[in-house]
Amino acid sequence: MKRFITVCAISAAMTAGTAFAETVKVGYMTTLSGGAGIIGKQMQNAVNLAMEHKGGKLGGMDAEIIFADDQRKPDVAKQLANRLMKSDRVDVVAGVIWSNLLMAIHKPVTRNGTLLISSNAGPSPIAGAQCNKNFISMSWQNDQTPEGMGKHMQDAGIKSVYLMAPNYQAGKDMLAGFKRYYKGSIKGEVYTKLGQSDFQAELSALRAAGAQATMIFQPGGMGINFVKQWKQAGMDSVSKLYTVFSVDGVSLPALKDAAIGILGTQTWSPDLDNAINKKFVGDYKAKFGAYPSFYAAQAYDTILAIDHAIAKSGSKDTAKMRSILAAGNIPTTRGNLKMNTNQFPIQNIYLREAVKDADGVVTTRVTGTVFTDHADSYASQCKF
Amino acid sequence: MTFTLILEQTFNGLQAGVTLFLVAAGLTLILGIMDFVFLAHGSQVMIGAYAAAAITLATGNFYLGVLLAIPVTFASGYLLEYLIIRHLYRRDHMEQVLATFGLILFFNEAIRVSFGPAALFSDLPPSLSGFVEILPATPYPAYRLGVIIVGLLCAVGIHLLVSRTRIGAMVRAGANNPEMTAALGINIKILFRFIFATGACLAGVAGMMLGPLTAVQPGMGEPLLILSLVVIIIGGIGSVRGAFVAAIIVGLVDTLGRVFLPAILRLFVEQATADGAGPALASMLVYILMAVVLIFRPTGLFPAKG
Repeated sequence: MKRFITVCAISAAMTAGTAFAETVKVGYMTTLSGGAGIIGKQMQNAVNLAMEHKGGKLGGMDAEIIFADDQRKPDVAKQLANRLMKSDRVDVVAGVIWSNLLMAIHKPVTRNGTLLISSNAGPSPIAGAQCNKNFISMSWQNDQTPEGMGKHMQDAGIKSVYLMAPNYQAGKDMLAGFKRYYKGSIKGEVYTKLGQSDFQAELSALRAAGAQATMIFQPGGMGINFVKQWKQAGMDSVSKLYTVFSVDGVSLPALKDAAIGILGTQTWSPDLDNAINKKFVGDYKAKFGAYPSFYAAQAYDTILAIDHAIAKSGSKDTAKMRSILAAGNIPTTRGNLKMNTNQFPIQNIYLREAVKDADGVVTTRVTGTVFTDHADSYASQCKF
Repeated sequence: MTFTLILEQTFNGLQAGVTLFLVAAGLTLILGIMDFVFLAHGSQVMIGAYAAAAITLATGNFYLGVLLAIPVTFASGYLLEYLIIRHLYRRDHMEQVLATFGLILFFNEAIRVSFGPAALFSDLPPSLSGFVEILPATPYPAYRLGVIIVGLLCAVGIHLLVSRTRIGAMVRAGANNPEMTAALGINIKILFRFIFATGACLAGVAGMMLGPLTAVQPGMGEPLLILSLVVIIIGGIGSVRGAFVAAIIVGLVDTLGRVFLPAILRLFVEQATADGAGPALASMLVYILMAVVLIFRPTGLFPAKG
């Protein structure tokens, strides 16, 4: 009882004292430990950089970012989401790299009336039948990027392809998205173990299958392993490699020259020509000494979106922020982002190639636009 | 499914097997002879890989990197035993599990603090980046063939060490009856420290050889630890010969199962079911194998104590 009174007293004091200087609290959840810790670290860097660019304020309000390490575990993510909402009383829960973790926290957060903004994961159920108006994606729906790859390979007249992805939901989503636009012959569809480190056996089988091209989804460390072993096995003379979410700012420093020439699709690239992106990439490189990955760019965009929502609505109220973001026209590193009815972005899908920049550092460069203003395939199933 | 493909996959399985053996050899001795549950053996793999990759990056020479990394891993094992492990021998298994699990977290964090969370760049030495024709028109990566040869040489070396030398005789005696061995005037403490450091060194060699093939990153050794525990259970705890046979079997079953099982399933059930169930079943194969061995030979294929 004493504790309750204290809390009341403090909140009363806060309401009285902060009538003109409200503080917005953002709980930012990502993976900071374990093998995927590098992804979370880049996102954390980008969030901090965005806050620095905004002078520590979001939409003119004093702001506080609380980072939470989900350890890539759905149960931990759920506990953290509860802690952020109930004890830290955050106004926005943002971040989340993994689809299975987002699925775990989606219901508890949106039902609590807290705004949930994804910086990466975009599983199909949340875009479709299970959508909720308190959820906003600042990344993409899982299928969008491989759909771009499928269309590119279809347009390029590639006759046969061999597909490989880890054996989990996102892996299956990716290949499903690819097949929606690719109509050629599929010589093999192999699901590897999640976290697999040696692909030599799969490469031997791939060599025997004789497909004109190979399309893989192997994010993080798996991408490093796969591309390294692909080069070492001399697979370039057998099949042409195409990728989604496998050759990026996370894997390139470990791959270096081995990645040069590999094609992938993505909604963002460090060389996208707009003022926000140039400032972001330039300052990120200057501060952290390496190119940001798309994970970092989306984390940066997430903070820009919150800033935009508060600045326009003048409030940190969930419904007001949501209605601003749902209207689209959000300034991001991908230009002014449009929003679909299910609150997932409508955006361009670019073809990017791994190249060396002027300083000899390996990065990616946009070589073409596969889709202009590409919407996801699930929006029609979403009824708020 | 041609003959050359099966041959190539057999080589892949062998390569996985000998790598697994290098990790399991030390672990089976630590568990069997010292009766110590050591979960941080995967960290020794990581230390070996980082030492070799870092020295290779600094000197530009892969062979020099490996040559200098070997004493580093031996020293790290020696120090670990001296500073921490020897104080845990008298504790029960549960406490050993907790302490060595803590060591995993410690090593991962220590590597992250000193090298950063990103994977370290490592590549094949140019002299081994080519191919060798194992049969006419069947090229096989030279480096992987090198891994198989180094693994087999290590196996022969360990076999000779255990069966032909005085140290080996002490190790075998220590495995059978540590109290009696100590009573005969053999310094069992020093013997244990030597076994531990050698085991760490062998796991380190596995890490050094894996470095150019896979991502050198924190926690890279942990998947190997689980498989090598399976290996020592199948092979018989404490038996180096058992670890070798079991490692080769596990390597082959895992590799061949992963590649051929989905294809075989497709003959019996429809494509979609086979694509879903195949990989799941393939990843269970080694555990099914372990269960079968435990039913018929509860002490493993080559029990050390009998």
